[in-house]
Amino acid sequence: MNRKIYLYFLTATLLFNISGNCRVLEVGKDKAFHSISQALDLAGNGDSIFVYPGLYKERELIIRKTIYLKGINYPVIDGENKYGVFIIQANNVVLDGFKVQHSGRSEITDIAGIMLESCHGVSITNNILDDTNFGIYSQHASNCFIKNNRITAYGKNEVQSGNGIHAWRSDSLYIIGNTITGHRDGLYFEFVTNSLIWRNISHKNVRYGIHFMFSHHDTYISNVFEQNESGVAVMYTNHIKMFNNFFLDNWGAAAYGILLKDITDSDISGNHFTKNTTALHMEGCSRINLYKNIFINNGWAVKIQASCDNIDFTKNNFIGNTFDIGTNGSLVLNTFNGNYWDKYEGYDINKDGVGDVPYHPVSMYSMIIESNAAALMLFRSLIVTLLDKSEKVLPGITPENLKDNTPQMKPWPL
Amino acid sequence: MIETKNITKKFGKLKALDQVSVTFSKGECVALLGPNGSGKTTLIKSLLGMVVPDSGEIFFNQKPIKQQWAYREKIGYMPQIGRYPDNMTIAHVINMMKDIRRGSRSVLDEELINSFGLDKILQKKMRGLSGGTTQKVSACLAFLFSPDVLILDEPTAGLDPVSSEKLKQKILDEKEKGKLVLITSHVLSELDDLITEVFYMQEGQVLFHKKLTALIEDTGELKLSKAITSFINNHHSLTVV
Amino acid sequence: MKKILKYVMVDIVQNKIVLIYTALLLIISLSIFNLEDSAAKGMLSLLNIILILVPLICIIFSTIYVYNSAEFIELLVSQPLKRKSIWLSLFYGLALSLCIAFFVGAGIPILFYHADSTGIMMILTGIALTIVFVGIALLAGVLARDKAKGIGFSILLWLYFSLIFDALVLFLLFQFQDYPLENVMVVFSFLNPIDLGRIQILLKMDISALMGYTGAVYRDFFGSSMGIIISFLGLAAWIFLPVYFSLRIFRKKDL
Repeated sequence: MNRKIYLYFLTATLLFNISGNCRVLEVGKDKAFHSISQALDLAGNGDSIFVYPGLYKERELIIRKTIYLKGINYPVIDGENKYGVFIIQANNVVLDGFKVQHSGRSEITDIAGIMLESCHGVSITNNILDDTNFGIYSQHASNCFIKNNRITAYGKNEVQSGNGIHAWRSDSLYIIGNTITGHRDGLYFEFVTNSLIWRNISHKNVRYGIHFMFSHHDTYISNVFEQNESGVAVMYTNHIKMFNNFFLDNWGAAAYGILLKDITDSDISGNHFTKNTTALHMEGCSRINLYKNIFINNGWAVKIQASCDNIDFTKNNFIGNTFDIGTNGSLVLNTFNGNYWDKYEGYDINKDGVGDVPYHPVSMYSMIIESNAAALMLFRSLIVTLLDKSEKVLPGITPENLKDNTPQMKPWPL
Repeated sequence: MIETKNITKKFGKLKALDQVSVTFSKGECVALLGPNGSGKTTLIKSLLGMVVPDSGEIFFNQKPIKQQWAYREKIGYMPQIGRYPDNMTIAHVINMMKDIRRGSRSVLDEELINSFGLDKILQKKMRGLSGGTTQKVSACLAFLFSPDVLILDEPTAGLDPVSSEKLKQKILDEKEKGKLVLITSHVLSELDDLITEVFYMQEGQVLFHKKLTALIEDTGELKLSKAITSFINNHHSLTVV
Repeated sequence: MKKILKYVMVDIVQNKIVLIYTALLLIISLSIFNLEDSAAKGMLSLLNIILILVPLICIIFSTIYVYNSAEFIELLVSQPLKRKSIWLSLFYGLALSLCIAFFVGAGIPILFYHADSTGIMMILTGIALTIVFVGIALLAGVLARDKAKGIGFSILLWLYFSLIFDALVLFLLFQFQDYPLENVMVVFSFLNPIDLGRIQILLKMDISALMGYTGAVYRDFFGSSMGIIISFLGLAAWIFLPVYFSLRIFRKKDL
């Protein structure tokens, strides 16, 4: 992708060359320019600015021209804890190889390390952002690449820190291979559509690994969301695709591997949910296909509120979870088919690999805990085991229709 | 040698010992007599520290025995019913006792082991022994360490006449050596030629404690059993009158 | 004391029941690990064994042993021995041999199939519960003179600790649902050695779930290394107190 942009840029440069107006401006201690802002002032559309190593304390570098801005060996641009660093307002700008640090913070405006304002075709690649308020902030941007950036912050609480990659009213963003940590939300989208989020790692953020709403038709592939304070929460969105993502080690009463609220018409497949308090929490969701996901060693693999309908669980593996499914009502409008449940105790007489009796994944005690959380401390005691066994024989509390009629005897090879 | 001062022991409402004061001296062979439940065994157990009196004191060689244990080195005890860990052989039990009391006596008196013939069945397990053989083991253990004091609870009960005779002879020998021997027994006639003193209890109280010679003089009866019966009758009539 | 301990040990180890108990544990744990699809599932089944079977066998066997040894104890008491050493030897002998039985029967299979922190915690808990219930058995044995009464008392105690106590707690939880009970629950768990052990294992097995639903109190308390230490101190108290009281009674007991 990077190469493609580069070629595209080269052609642009060539075009400018023809018009006889293309230069390379060098910024450095012993170069023609000592500051980037000087170079920016003098540069024209299509010019390149090469910035050599050094510490540059510059305020709000506003880029209004189509410029190829290249950092050589990570020159450091310092916002002195007061200012935003790069503000890109032109199309087709390339910003590559900078270290951006110590942006300012403000209660009134959103200050970012790199801000994209109403532009398209911009590439932000290979940058290191350290201790910025917002890392990369995109508003009204489209067709932009945000790739291979390392974004680190040291947020202590939700109020005082910004998001790693924050996008608002943007379209067709390509967010690839970034590593984000220590921000409020690693990735935050509001009204971001038709975008691809691929191979990012978002971990140890103060709030969510990713948080989005009203961001339709986005695709999430092979991202890792790990040890975020509140896991992942996504809302009010339709037509999302989530494939092969990892949701790991999100612990806490309000932490979810992923929380889906009012998500509709979506596909969730091949994801790994490991060691989360609640791996997958759904409320108000409709028409979601969940297949070939792996739930391992979670407290609750799935919590599905009665407000969900037409959720289809097929061919998922449930292994080593304390509770497989939790729910808050007896109405069941969702289906479970052909999943592997390691707690299944049925038999398979005809040896077709499918258990001959249905599996009820909701245990009675999970219903009790739902109404009285402190009761979890009695879990695995004799009295609780007896209660659960008697419920299995004579169901009274657990929803009878919530069952998998074709439970697998062996886990799916996922 | 052993002295009790006003010891009282109650089991619930029952007074097993009621203000019992008595002195047993060296070289005596005392018969502890009395009907069932008169407090004989309780007295013995008190001397051994197995029962703790509610009040009163017990002295062994002028020293109080309360919370003490070392004085028991000088006592050999043969319980009424001896029971031992089932899985042990006779040899184990004897060795265990030797082990436990090691150092208390360097010379071991194994005479009874041989005369009872236990040395031939040392490898038998305690579980399989008859009541009589178990009694023999108990007797051997009581005499094994040549203690200064021998306390024998119903020693001949369950023993065959031959063994019984052997045991009596052993008791006599020990008495001759100047040891104190306390014996309880129901079968009075067996004790005739052994004892020097009679200690008779009834309902937890001492009815009398007399030298055998004095008892015979008082009653004019030569047989121990008869002497006691006539004494009790006299005594009883005296108290009644 | 060593001398008596030696003989008590020899006697107990030769006792067929301890051997049967060892074999039973061994068969159960081996079959669990071999029949279950995953070792983790095997651990779950084994948890029930440790929390239910181990206390039951330990308390009943020890109580019966104390009663069956009555005459032997009597014999020892008449010997020049301290009562304290006799009683403690009995305790150490029972605890040691049952611990060995547990370790051979369940500990080694666990180490073989599942030697992680959960497995180690299970072994530690099993051993602690073994000792606790030997102690409780001694107390029951010294309190009730009658053998049948004593064994009945033991079974009742076991039932109380493994079932009734938790049922009462569950009942209280729902009666006082509207009150914050977390701190109280921590205190409650110290009132039952089985709960203490269970929670320690729970913290290893179901940590993901616990992190969510019991709030900060449990996580901060039981989850921290300090909490683990305090829990095991609690178990140690459960060992020490019954043994201490049984010893006090035994020292004054008429035999």
